Amino acid sequence: MSFFKTLKVAWEGLMMNKVRSFLTTLGVIIGVAAVIIMLAVSAGAEADIADQINALGANLIMVMPSMQRAGPGMGGGRPVSLKYSDLTVIRDNIEGINGVSAEQNTSQDVKGGGTTLSSIAIVGTTSGFVNVHEYRVAQGRFITDQDNDRANKIAVLGYDVAQELFGDVNPVGQSVTLGTVKCTVVGVMEEKGVVGTTDYDSRVYVPITLVFKKFVNARFGGTALRVVYVSAESKEVMDSVMEQLNTLLMQILGTDASAPGFTMTTQDSIINMRASTTETFRNLLSWVAAVSLVVGGIGIMNIMLVSVTERTREIGLRQALGARPRDVQLQFLLEAVMLSLLGGLAGILVGVGGSWIFNEFGSMRTELVLASIPLSFGAAAAVGIFFGYYPATQAAKLDPIVALRRE
Amino acid sequence: MANTLIEIQGLTKTYGGKGMVAVQALRGVDAQVQQGEFVAVMGPSGSGKSTLMNILGCLDRPTEGSYILDGEDVSRLSKNELARVRNRKIGFIFQSYNLLPRLDAIKNVMLPLLYNLDNGKSEAEHRQQAIAALEVVGLGDRIHHKPNELSGGQQQRVAIARALINDPAIILADEPTGNLDTRSAEDIMRILCQLHTNGATIVMVTHELDIAEYAERVIYLRDGQIVSDKEHARAIAHLHNGDNGKSE
Ligand SMILES: Nc1ncnc2c1ncn2[C@@H]1O[C@H](COP(=O)(O)OP(=O)(O)OP(=O)(O)O)[C@@H](O)[C@H]1O
Ligand SMILES: [Mg+2]
Repeated sequence: MSFFKTLKVAWEGLMMNKVRSFLTTLGVIIGVAAVIIMLAVSAGAEADIADQINALGANLIMVMPSMQRAGPGMGGGRPVSLKYSDLTVIRDNIEGINGVSAEQNTSQDVKGGGTTLSSIAIVGTTSGFVNVHEYRVAQGRFITDQDNDRANKIAVLGYDVAQELFGDVNPVGQSVTLGTVKCTVVGVMEEKGVVGTTDYDSRVYVPITLVFKKFVNARFGGTALRVVYVSAESKEVMDSVMEQLNTLLMQILGTDASAPGFTMTTQDSIINMRASTTETFRNLLSWVAAVSLVVGGIGIMNIMLVSVTERTREIGLRQALGARPRDVQLQFLLEAVMLSLLGGLAGILVGVGGSWIFNEFGSMRTELVLASIPLSFGAAAAVGIFFGYYPATQAAKLDPIVALRRE
Repeated sequence: MANTLIEIQGLTKTYGGKGMVAVQALRGVDAQVQQGEFVAVMGPSGSGKSTLMNILGCLDRPTEGSYILDGEDVSRLSKNELARVRNRKIGFIFQSYNLLPRLDAIKNVMLPLLYNLDNGKSEAEHRQQAIAALEVVGLGDRIHHKPNELSGGQQQRVAIARALINDPAIILADEPTGNLDTRSAEDIMRILCQLHTNGATIVMVTHELDIAEYAERVIYLRDGQIVSDKEHARAIAHLHNGDNGKSE
């Protein structure tokens, strides 16, 4: 019997029991959909990480002072912390860096141009911020060292904040009120959008010293910097920069290697952490996919065995009319493979649709991996062949006389 | 032209054995069938008629003995080779028709063509062939009816058309009228006689004298052996009065 005709016969066999055929494929549908969604989710997570690297610069080092009292014994010595003025020391003494910046955030209502925006993130920072975050000014200028030295009441608006407050009017030179502090707008940032969880465009940037002076209760931490961002020029100089920082910071803080009083984190370690979270999720979904493919395969095997029993007489007749054992085997194997491939096709639709829904309406970013489509289709075919082989072989082994006599 | 189509010698068939009670269904059967003959096989229930037909139809292999069909020794062929012989040389007619219920008449008739790869004909030619076969059995107007839309006699006629489709060397019928009323049985026998007149070779199992009378030769089996092989059914009936198969 020709392959094409066998295909037709197998198809007719499946169509005899449409509902049963559909239910049989459910396991494969779920398995294949899980494969596609899994790959889309991890690709999405990787893209998220890549974006974050782009946003923060790949060669970022974060220095976090421990804010504890150092020195021999508890309570001895002075609190170990970095101050705004230390940033200049770092910038001037470390070789191979693009910029240094620090951030102190607060949340305030912002008034300007006759509009009030409530609870806007106010980012107190330094001139190095634009270098560290690879973020550019669209109009006017950014915060300068001078602004910080004098705690100038100036503000640089995020793109959306500028739009909402001033619309078509040029915001530069206008004044805005942050909480109770009236500032002059000196610049507007370019559009950057949301990176990770940070919406750059709906923030207002001011000198960090202004935040310390006006918004932070001096008793709690006072003017201590919580994080200092150092951006190295390239990956190659990272080690050397960290080495230099280590020495310099211990000098500034007056500590030694046994209790340096600060920790350094790089983007790499954050990425690794995120990657391992993604990895966990991916492993979980891989298991779901594998288990449902196996369960789906067993379902197909089960139904094919039932089908062989139900159609024993048909098999006997076909053999009497000249079907060889391998013709019968191929017919039932093709039925099983067709079942799993139909499941595969439906699974691809569900998987692609599911990834899209996650992305649009869920909190998870997904990116469809095209290779996952042939991959899962292949997996479905393999399941069909593997689990269809046994029932098909049973069918081929039937003795035509016995089969014909079966009621 | 007396061409020998079937030649069996010392044919035995033993079922069971190896610990089970062995049943000797055939105990040494010798026979020849010439091309163009119409042979009826009779005998009481359990005498081995179906067993003999299964071997003649290459559905089963004899335990001992030789079977030469159309010049080819088929008694020791492999399963695959037997399938080929069944497909090309044999047309089966079963007591219970054995049509596939989901296929219409023409698809049922075309079924053997599925397994006849190298006949080099197109799908359209296959359909023409099937329609011609259905016309031979008088069902030219029923080609798209499903089995459940046909009477028993019509279903058996579809089965005859199916047996004819590969132009077989021999037609084997195991109680073809067993499930039919007298009228339908007569229709079927008229068709078989017509085929015989046109040169077909037919071997048919039956319990009924009236049916056996259509044949020109009657082989009578008892306990797995041929006890008589005569020209006329009536003569045989007299010989074996009282044990002609079914008791009803
Ligand atoms: N597969 C089998 N296994 C064991 N014994 C069998 C088998 N098939 C047939 N037999 C035995 O072989 C003998 C002949 O059976 P067969 O079916 O050939 O008889 P028959 O002449 O066709 O009878 P009937 O007229 O009732 O159809 C019987 O005793 C039967 O029980
Ligand atoms: Mg019988």
